[in-house]
Amino acid sequence: MKEVINPPVRNIEDEEYHINIGPQHPSTHGVLRMVVSIQGETVKSLKPHCGYIHRGIEKMCEKDTYQQIIHLTDRMDYLSAHINNHVVCLLVERALEVAVPERVQYIRTIVDELTRIASHQLWWGCFGMDMGGQTCLLYGMRDREKIMDIFEESFGSRLLHSYYTPGGLMGDIHPNFQKRVKEFITYFRKKIHDYDNILTGNVIMQERTKGVGILTKEEAIDYGVTGPIGRASGFSCDVRKYHPYGVYDKVDFKEILGTQGDTFSRYMMRMHEMRESMKILEQLIDNIPAGDYSAKMKAVIKLPAGEYYQRVEAARGELGVYVVSDGNKTPYRMKFRSSSFSNLSALDHMSRGFKIADLIAIGGSLDYVIPDIDR
Amino acid sequence: MDFSIYDFTSFNQGIDKFFFENLTPFWATVVEMTIIGLVFLIFYALVALFLIYAERKVCAFMQNRVGPNRVGPYGFFQLIADFIKLMLKEVIPIKNADKFLFNLAPFIVVIASFMAMAAIPFAKGLHAVDLDIGILYVIAVSSMGVIGILLAGWSSNNKYSLIGAMRSGAMIVSYELSVGLSLITIIILSGTMQFSAIVEGQANGWFIFKGHIPALIAFVIFLISSTAEANRGPFDLAEAESELTAGFHTEYSGIKFALFYMCEYMNMFIVSSIAATVFLGGWMPFHIGGCDGFNHIMDFIPPFIWYLGKTFFLVWVMMWFKWTFPRLRIDQVLTLEWKYLLPINLVNILFMAFIVLMGWHF
Amino acid sequence: MNSFFKYFTDIFNGVKSLLKGMSVTGRYFFSPGSIVTQQYPENRKTLKMFDRFKGEVIMPHNEKNQHHCTGCGICANNCPNGSIEIVQDKIETPDGKKERIIDKHIYHLSMCTFCGLCIKSCPSNALSWGQEFEHAVFDRSKLTKILNKPGSSIIKDITE
Repeated sequence: MKEVINPPVRNIEDEEYHINIGPQHPSTHGVLRMVVSIQGETVKSLKPHCGYIHRGIEKMCEKDTYQQIIHLTDRMDYLSAHINNHVVCLLVERALEVAVPERVQYIRTIVDELTRIASHQLWWGCFGMDMGGQTCLLYGMRDREKIMDIFEESFGSRLLHSYYTPGGLMGDIHPNFQKRVKEFITYFRKKIHDYDNILTGNVIMQERTKGVGILTKEEAIDYGVTGPIGRASGFSCDVRKYHPYGVYDKVDFKEILGTQGDTFSRYMMRMHEMRESMKILEQLIDNIPAGDYSAKMKAVIKLPAGEYYQRVEAARGELGVYVVSDGNKTPYRMKFRSSSFSNLSALDHMSRGFKIADLIAIGGSLDYVIPDIDR
Repeated sequence: MDFSIYDFTSFNQGIDKFFFENLTPFWATVVEMTIIGLVFLIFYALVALFLIYAERKVCAFMQNRVGPNRVGPYGFFQLIADFIKLMLKEVIPIKNADKFLFNLAPFIVVIASFMAMAAIPFAKGLHAVDLDIGILYVIAVSSMGVIGILLAGWSSNNKYSLIGAMRSGAMIVSYELSVGLSLITIIILSGTMQFSAIVEGQANGWFIFKGHIPALIAFVIFLISSTAEANRGPFDLAEAESELTAGFHTEYSGIKFALFYMCEYMNMFIVSSIAATVFLGGWMPFHIGGCDGFNHIMDFIPPFIWYLGKTFFLVWVMMWFKWTFPRLRIDQVLTLEWKYLLPINLVNILFMAFIVLMGWHF
Repeated sequence: MNSFFKYFTDIFNGVKSLLKGMSVTGRYFFSPGSIVTQQYPENRKTLKMFDRFKGEVIMPHNEKNQHHCTGCGICANNCPNGSIEIVQDKIETPDGKKERIIDKHIYHLSMCTFCGLCIKSCPSNALSWGQEFEHAVFDRSKLTKILNKPGSSIIKDITE
C-alpha cells in the first residue's frame, strides 16, 4: 500500500489574508499603499508603504536660496500651504534676527488661521465621504470655496500661494480682505450648524466612531503624534501655546483637549478648532496695524553657519524645519519634520482589532496628506 | 374592447379574447407572453434610465449642485449617452476568474428583479399575473438577487469583491426577515396575500392609516429593511465605495456592469412599489371615508399616476436616505436587524393581531 | 428596567438625529437658489478673474510697442525652476557705446510654479501677472512663450 504523506496541518488562524488598500483607492486620499492583513473583516496588522509621491523636496531645497525654498514648502502639505511657508520664514527671520513689522505678523496669523479652517473644512468633507456620506464632501468644498476666493483675491492663487517671504509678505493684502473675512465668519458660523446636524450628531456616525481606534496619551507621545490627533488623546501639544509665534501670544484662544483618544474625539477636536480659529480671526481682523508689508531684507540671504530648528502648528500637527547652514546662500541640509508622517506611524497600532470600515474611519480622522508624508 | 385609463380590465380581457379566438390556445399563450415580456422589458429599461437620471439630479440638488446638464436640455440625454457608452465599452476578461459564474451573475440579478415586477399591479387590471399569494411570491423572488451578488463576488477572484459579496449575503439574509414580517403585519390586517385584493381593501383608506400605529411602524421598518435589501443608502456595504472601491462589481465592466447598475435602481423601484401597494394603497386614490366630493376629485386622477406618484415619492425618500447618512458598519447592520427591527416587528405583529381581533381598525 | 428604557430612548434619540440630518439635505433640496455651481464655459464672457490672479507671467507693452525689460537676467536667476531664459543682444548706441539689450525673454509656462519671485525681484518692474488661465494646448512647445513682442524696444526714462 502506498504511503500517504500527510500534508502539513494548516491552521487558518495563522494564515494571513492580505489586502492592498491603495495606492489607488478612494479613501487613501492620494497614493498611499497599505498592506492590510485581515481575518474575516478584522484588521490584524497594517503596513503603510510610503514613497509613491516622493519628490525629494528636502534635497531640492539644498540648491535653492531661502526665498526659493518657500515655493517648495507649499507643495508638501498643500492644504496648509501658508503655514508651511511660515515655518521657513520664521526660521530665516530668527537666524538673521530681523524684526518683522507688526502688520506682517498680524496678517500672517490671520492667514494661517484661515488656512487651518480651510484645511479642516476639506477634512470634514473627506471624513464624511470616508464614512459613506458623500454629501459632506460637497458641503465642505462649498464652504472652503469662500476661503479660496479670499485667498485668490489677495494672493492671486487658490491652493499654492507662496505668499510669505523671509522678512515679510510678497505684497500687501487686498483692500477687500478684511470685509471678506468678516463676511466669511458670519457665513460659516451659520453653516457649521449644518455640519453638526448632518454628521456630528448623527447616530450612525457616533456609533461608528466612538471607542474606535483608541490612542492613549502615552502612546500618542511615544509615536510623536501631534496636532488635533495628539490633543484628542489628551496630549497638550499646541505649538501656538507653548512656542508662540506671530501674534498668538496676544490673542485669546483655548487649547481644547480630548480625553477619549478615539476617532470621535479626533473628529470633535477639529470641529472645536474651527470654532477657535474663527474666534482668533474675530479678535485680529479689525486690529491689523498700519505699516510696511515687509521688513528690509538683503537680496541675497545668507544664514550664519550653524544649525537651526523652527516649529509651527500646521493644520495636522507640529511642523518642524531643521536647517544646517554653512554660511552660503543655500542651506547645507534641510529636513522637515512633517506631522502627517508621524501621525501615520500610529495607524497600525490604532487600527488593530477593528474592522476594515473602522480602518477607513480612523484613516479619515488622521487626515493625512500624502505629499506631506513623502515630501 | 373599450379602453379606459381608469380600468384596464376590459381592455386586457379584450386583447386576451382576440388572441384566443384567432389562434390555438398554445400559440395564443405564447404570443401573449412574448408581448408582456417585451412590454416589461421596455418599461424596465425606461424606468431604470429615468431613475438613474433622477438620482443624479436629486443628489445634485441636495448637494447644492446642478447635476448633469451638458447633454441635451437639463442633461436629460446624459443617460442615453452613458447607456451607449456602456454598451460599446470593452468587457474586460478577468484572469483566473470563474468564467461561467462570472458571466452568469449579472443575469441572475436582473432576472430576480424582473420576475418580481410580474406580480405588481400598476393600475386597476394592469398586472402581468395576479397570484393569490402575490406577496409571498415577491418576497421569494426578490431574495434570489443575493445569489447573483454572491456569485459575482466569488467568481471575480478579487478580494474586495469577495468581502463585499459576503457582507451583502449576511445582510440580505437577515433583512429578509424584517421585510417578511412587516408585510405579514399588513397581511393580518388585510386578510389576503393577493395584491389586487390588498389594493381593493384600501378603497376606503390606506392601510397605513387604517392600521393605526402598528401599520406605521411596519411601514417604517419595511422602508428601512427594503433599503438594505436593495443594497442602497446607508446599507450599501456590498458596494462600499470608500472601503471596497466598488465591492462585488469591482471587476465588471461594460454592459455587465450596466446590468448591475440598472438592477440597483430597479430593485429600489420594486421595493418602493411594493411599499406603495401594501401600505399606501397602490393605484388606489386617496380616499377619506364620508367625503364623497373629495373622493370623486381624487378618483379623477388616473390610477396609474397615483401608483407612479407614490412609488417615486418612496424612491425619493430612499435617495434622501442615501445622500444624507454615512454608511453603517457590518456588525452594526446586523445589530440593527437582530436587536432592534426584529423584536419590534414581532411585538408589532402581536399588536396588529390584537387590533384586528378586537376590530379596532377602520 | 433601566436598560429597558434605555433601549427605547436610544431608538428615539437615534431617529431624532437622523431626522435632523435629513432636514439639512431636505432643506437644500427644496431651495435651488442655494446652488453654488458656476456654469463655466457659458459664463466665459462675463467671467472676470481677480486683478491679482496669477494666470501667467506677462510683460506689459505700451501702445508704442515698448516695454521696461533691460535684459539684466535677475528674474532668470531668481526663478527656482529655470523657467525663464534671457537671450541678450549687443547693440551699438548712436553715441558709440556698446550696450546689452534684451533679444528674447523666453518664458516656459510649463515649468512655472507661479511663485512670483521673478515679478517681485525685477528691478525695472517689467513683468507682471496676466489673468489668462485657459492654458491647455495640444503641443507642449506652445507653452514656451517669448514675452517681448517682436520689434519691441525698451522704454527710455525721461530722466535719462
